[in-house]
Amino acid sequence: MKYLDEFNDPELAKRLLDDIHATVKQPWAIMEVCGGQTHSIIRHGIDQLIPDQVEMIHGPGCPVCVTPLELIDKALEIASRPEVIFCSFGDMLRVPGSGRDLFRVKSEGGDIRVVYSPLDALKLARENPDREVVFFGIGFETTAPPNAMAVFQAKRLGVPNFSMLVSHVRVPPAIDAIMQSPACRVQAFLAAGHVCSVMGTQEYPPLVERYSVPIVVTGFEPLDILEGIRHTVHQLERGESYLDNAYARAVPPEGNLAARKLLSEVFTVTDRGWRGIGVIPDSGWRLSETYRDFDAEYRFQVGDIHTDESAVCRSGEVLQGLIKPHECAAFGTQCTPRNPLGATMVSSEGACAAYYLYRRLNTPSTSQREVASIG
Amino acid sequence: MAEAVDAQPLDFEGWACPVPLRDSPTIVMGHGGGGQMSAELIEHLFVPAFGSSPGGLADSAVVELGGARIAFSTDTFVVRPLFFPGGSIGHLAVNGTINDLAMSGATPAHLSCGFVLEEGTELGIVGRVASDMGAAARAAGVTIVTGDTKVVDSGHGDQVYVNTAGLGLVPSGVDIRPDRARPGDVVIVSGAIGVHGIAIMSVREGLGFGSEITSDTAALHPLVAAMLAVTPDLHALRDPTRGGLATSLNEIATASGVGVRLVEKAIPVPAEVGNACSMLGLDPLYVANEGKLVAFVPREHSDAVLAAMRAHPLGGGAAIIGECVEDHPSMVVVTTTFGGTRVVDTPLGEQLPRIC
Amino acid sequence: MCLAVPGKVLDIWERDQTRMAKVDFGGVEKDVCLEFVPDIEVGEYTIVHVGFALQRLDEKSAMETLALFRELGELDKEFGDAWAQAARDNGREVPE
Repeated sequence: MKYLDEFNDPELAKRLLDDIHATVKQPWAIMEVCGGQTHSIIRHGIDQLIPDQVEMIHGPGCPVCVTPLELIDKALEIASRPEVIFCSFGDMLRVPGSGRDLFRVKSEGGDIRVVYSPLDALKLARENPDREVVFFGIGFETTAPPNAMAVFQAKRLGVPNFSMLVSHVRVPPAIDAIMQSPACRVQAFLAAGHVCSVMGTQEYPPLVERYSVPIVVTGFEPLDILEGIRHTVHQLERGESYLDNAYARAVPPEGNLAARKLLSEVFTVTDRGWRGIGVIPDSGWRLSETYRDFDAEYRFQVGDIHTDESAVCRSGEVLQGLIKPHECAAFGTQCTPRNPLGATMVSSEGACAAYYLYRRLNTPSTSQREVASIG
Repeated sequence: MAEAVDAQPLDFEGWACPVPLRDSPTIVMGHGGGGQMSAELIEHLFVPAFGSSPGGLADSAVVELGGARIAFSTDTFVVRPLFFPGGSIGHLAVNGTINDLAMSGATPAHLSCGFVLEEGTELGIVGRVASDMGAAARAAGVTIVTGDTKVVDSGHGDQVYVNTAGLGLVPSGVDIRPDRARPGDVVIVSGAIGVHGIAIMSVREGLGFGSEITSDTAALHPLVAAMLAVTPDLHALRDPTRGGLATSLNEIATASGVGVRLVEKAIPVPAEVGNACSMLGLDPLYVANEGKLVAFVPREHSDAVLAAMRAHPLGGGAAIIGECVEDHPSMVVVTTTFGGTRVVDTPLGEQLPRIC
Repeated sequence: MCLAVPGKVLDIWERDQTRMAKVDFGGVEKDVCLEFVPDIEVGEYTIVHVGFALQRLDEKSAMETLALFRELGELDKEFGDAWAQAARDNGREVPE
């Protein structure tokens, strides 16, 4: 795929790695916020290839992991209703609520459909006027414009049987919360490239100022991640901190103005609870007053949900980068991808799942730099 | 080889497994995904009920009957959509069971087929499925010798479900089993992976392909015969259907107690399959295949077997993708294009598209 | 959170007063909503997430970035570390 393959070139990766290795003189802790970046790092073994002194702390950039437990339980309740067709991205289907997940609800008769795009859910609503179609609108700022468009279209086209259960989260308040945590070790951030494609970069300089941390807008392909890390370690080694854009091809400073305009119409900023972390003020979006009619929480009046989080799960500390997954007592024993106690073990980019699935084998980092060949 | 276990009544309390089925009191879709949950269902519900089989848990069982070694297999087909680029449930039903037999080195001979038809299904659909089955059987040189048909109420089936079972003779000197892989064995795949699953997904997700990605369903016994002609001592064979290549490799690694080390850049993935997977957030290693096999070949024969595969129409894209090692027994590890490593685990249930 | 891939716009039309396009992802084609990049043209590249084009891909910027990567190794070979460091300091970081 053009503009993807070139950014997967192992030869160029080697050059970026050489530069990083030549630059790093002391230990640094860098947090990548976005779960997609975590996935890419672990999948390609990038964490094994960078210098041992550079520690990648995996941040809470996994909307699956941070969707509040109450909202999962509301989703399960709504999805259980016979008149409802409940649509969701595939990521959410195995996230445990208080005792069940969407797969279990499906097995009990719930009509649950995986969709690729929120417009597919809207289409289902138009094709099934006698059913209530509810879309689980989760995600960071990247997914917000598509979700907003689905609601906007529902209102414009007059699709009364469509509604959305919204749980959007925003990156900048999360960075604030992480830096304010007393045990925080993060010295720099890789900002989420596609979030910035939408929102632009202007929300980050105030954070750079406030905490004196480098923030580098970074993409997702291996070369993008390495370039983001490279820019970051250069700043760190020189004692500098400023906002840098290492993903300029997809991130203009103003982001996407058309998308931001729609977001301001369809969504309102709200306080949002992050599973495992707690409430972060102004860290989320909910549907605005104008679109109240399409808000599934109001339409279905799901009240009195008793939530039951595992007492053992420490995903909040993992999400903030305070502990590594294997430092949790339940890791790999009571808590596995097969039987997850918390969301970080469910999502394919949740740190716990990533460690369990991909890193159970301990291999020394230096020997992996040669590409193996089979005779 | 699986140890003999006396059949016992189901007793949930007595299970030693740390994550037994008791946490899921109903069947969920994951149980049919071909991954860990499917394996647990078999291991904790079916095997205790039936008692273990002498054949272990391979694609097909090899049993002795009247002095002959017979491979015996069954498979049920519930694919949606029924008709997809490159074939239909009918082709899968015939080729799938033929391939299960071929994975024991058997020459497939006879098939049975059972239909569960939903009331209200158009006869034309059933006719097309049957016609595809007949054509596939004739092309493969096997006969469908017996069958059964049942009809269920409208709403209680999904138009057509097909079950096939098959028999074939295993030549002497051939002992192909999932537990025979050894350190030093070379892992060879017969062609590009991920094709069938993406062909199916293309219909479901509205993906169009510039050059058509069509299912690779095919009967593989002629390819296996060509490989056996080089050496009867193939160690393990598997056709990686549900759960993809990753599942098959994990099953053999676990059964044999060997480690499997793969080289990512050696694994053949067609560009369109890779791109479709990128769009949907899927890993080609977990996508279903049909007319493909993976072989564990003793190192001394690997070059000759590879050459024989490449010379055969069904194996033109054959490639060495890895080897068995003594390290990390029962684990499959891939060396990435960048030189890092990651473990390739068995999927839990079905792989779903993701947005993250 | 952001699985988005670059694709080439092949064809543009309207459906329900919504701007749509057929986008090619290296041989795989999918219908994509263009409402957020209304002035993109056939032949241009865009980043697509859950069926929506979210940003025009700046090809010039992509080419420049790749060229920078290629130069990285070259300067080291010709001039050694100190020169390479100076070149990087002058040519690389651009504060926002």
